[in-house]
Amino acid sequence: MNIAVCVKQIPDPATPYELDGENHWVVRPNDQVLDDTDRVGVEVGLQLAEATEGTVTLFSMSPSGSLQGIRQALAMGADKAVLVDDEDLKGSDALTTARILSAAVQREGFDLVITGTESTDGYSGVVPQMMSELLDVPCLSFARGFSVADDTVTIERQTASGYETVTSPLPAVVAVTAGAVEPRYPTFKGIMQAKSKPVDTATAADLGVEPVVTQAVIAVEPVASRAAGELVEDDGEAYLKIVELLEEVKVI
Amino acid sequence: MAIWVFAEEIDGAPTPGSLELVSKANSMGDTAVFYVGAGSPEAFAVLGAHGAGTVYHLDTGDVLPAAPAARALGELLEGSDTKLVLFGMGNTDRDVAGRLSARLGAPVVANGLDVSLQDTVTVTSEILGGSLSVTTQVVLDGPALVITRPKVFVSEDTGGGSPEVHTVALPDTGRSGGATITERHVEASEGPDLEAAQIVVSGGRGLGAPDKFAMLDELAGLLGGAVGGTRAVVDAGWVPYSYQIGQTGKTVKPSVYIAAGISGAMQHIVGMKGSSTIIAINKDPDAPIFALADLGVVGDLHKVVPQLIEALKSRS
Ligand SMILES: Cc1cc2nc3c(=O)[nH]c(=O)nc-3n(C[C@H](O)[C@H](O)[C@H](O)COP(=O)(O)OP(=O)(O)OC[C@H]3O[C@@H](n4cnc5c(N)ncnc54)[C@H](O)[C@@H]3O)c2cc1C
Repeated sequence: MNIAVCVKQIPDPATPYELDGENHWVVRPNDQVLDDTDRVGVEVGLQLAEATEGTVTLFSMSPSGSLQGIRQALAMGADKAVLVDDEDLKGSDALTTARILSAAVQREGFDLVITGTESTDGYSGVVPQMMSELLDVPCLSFARGFSVADDTVTIERQTASGYETVTSPLPAVVAVTAGAVEPRYPTFKGIMQAKSKPVDTATAADLGVEPVVTQAVIAVEPVASRAAGELVEDDGEAYLKIVELLEEVKVI
Repeated sequence: MAIWVFAEEIDGAPTPGSLELVSKANSMGDTAVFYVGAGSPEAFAVLGAHGAGTVYHLDTGDVLPAAPAARALGELLEGSDTKLVLFGMGNTDRDVAGRLSARLGAPVVANGLDVSLQDTVTVTSEILGGSLSVTTQVVLDGPALVITRPKVFVSEDTGGGSPEVHTVALPDTGRSGGATITERHVEASEGPDLEAAQIVVSGGRGLGAPDKFAMLDELAGLLGGAVGGTRAVVDAGWVPYSYQIGQTGKTVKPSVYIAAGISGAMQHIVGMKGSSTIIAINKDPDAPIFALADLGVVGDLHKVVPQLIEALKSRS
């Protein structure tokens, strides 16, 4: 089975990201990391590939040209990667991202596309659905459990009150939640092998996609933060403070 | 030119989030609702009472709604001069908005906290845990699809009459429509509804083990509140997703929010920072949750919470 896993390289979330002064785009350092939630998608892809003797190809749109995050995913075990690297894609919105990724996936061929539910730095949460429309396949979204048998994929889809079992013939897009599986850590061997795994690059023009600007950030302003209240060290009686406050706001 | 709203049904009625959007749209102009669910005269009347003039009703049955809903809504929009379609943060809302955007080439603006329509659509949102406010303007003609966060608009029964209801036939979406729902499971939590509760007791990874949630159940029970949690405890399987508060979970605005063993990640904060009074218990004095707590207790929750429970019990 031909499994495509979409991954994103993002600025390290441990250091708060910056916006550039002119366009208010996220400033992307050269060394970006693999979005943590994408490790889940890679893991799902690897498990399905192992079960079906399939291959896992990573797809990423990453204007900075940095490969650190992609290598992290290759080190987990993915076979190869396609990176769309193009200056003109800087500041792309979700729709352009989806057009790029689906054109790249289409070009390579696929049985199953796996994505995360949303990225850590952008979190619009619509790219998987956009891709499925462009690829003319179903999108099994918010998947927390999954299985593939006889060209059919079945997932548990999270809902506000529980979950539903959703099933679909392949090909399809599956967007997984962060809790779907526990991602593996790369082994030393995996890290070494990742260095020589093939990474193809393509531009928007190669894929026949014209980047379109649909929206512009026109202002960014600080928000007045909520004033912090009282901080007390528990000396064994801090619970009395809580009781007092609950009385004060009249809930007890 | 109507403002369109995507609305979904739950337990035979429009979701509370859908009604917030209908009220918002009604404050901006004529309102047309695209309603997905079994539908009933009662459900349509509720939409009308909140300001819907027209309702387009699609029953997707056991087909996963996104593909047929996006196709049908797209066809309706193509013949109109609509500039704005409002969606909530529900999973199906996001599914439909994404597919529809790709069909129409229409922009999506997500995580909106407010939206306005003059010559063009403008959306405000917040990033970095609510520390920066961002204003985004749509620069493309045609409908803009705006996904807004729950509870930013107030749903209001303005006494509107019955809407004009059009039944939409389920379109054939071929391969895209191949996903079907074979079973539906409800993982009900006991006690009051988390989104409506006036007191929320919420637990994070600091609880240390799933059975420690029993302690929070007891505390919530004594206060007449509901129990919630962070994504960390949901992902760990300690509590169902219906407990999750935050960016990808529920948004709560209770009178009192008690956070036990929660660090205060920005994706959690966006779901609870509208609470009137916030009480946090965390053993790390530098935990970010303390920055927004009215009362922060630096200590071990396994000591503080049982003491609090005993104190409340001895009062009743
Ligand atoms: C795209 C995206 C979406 C997300 N959506 C959400 C969301 O909707 N909701 C959400 O909650 N998170 C969400 N997250 C995850 C979020 O970033 C955090 O990882 C998560 O909120 C952390 O949960 P936590 O506070 O339970 O765990 P931790 O961050 O691990 O914090 C545990 C805390 O417990 C304290 N503690 C430990 N032991 C004790 C003790 N004995 N007594 C007192 N305190 C103790 C520790 O000091 C620590 O502060 C999202 C992340 C991403 C990337």
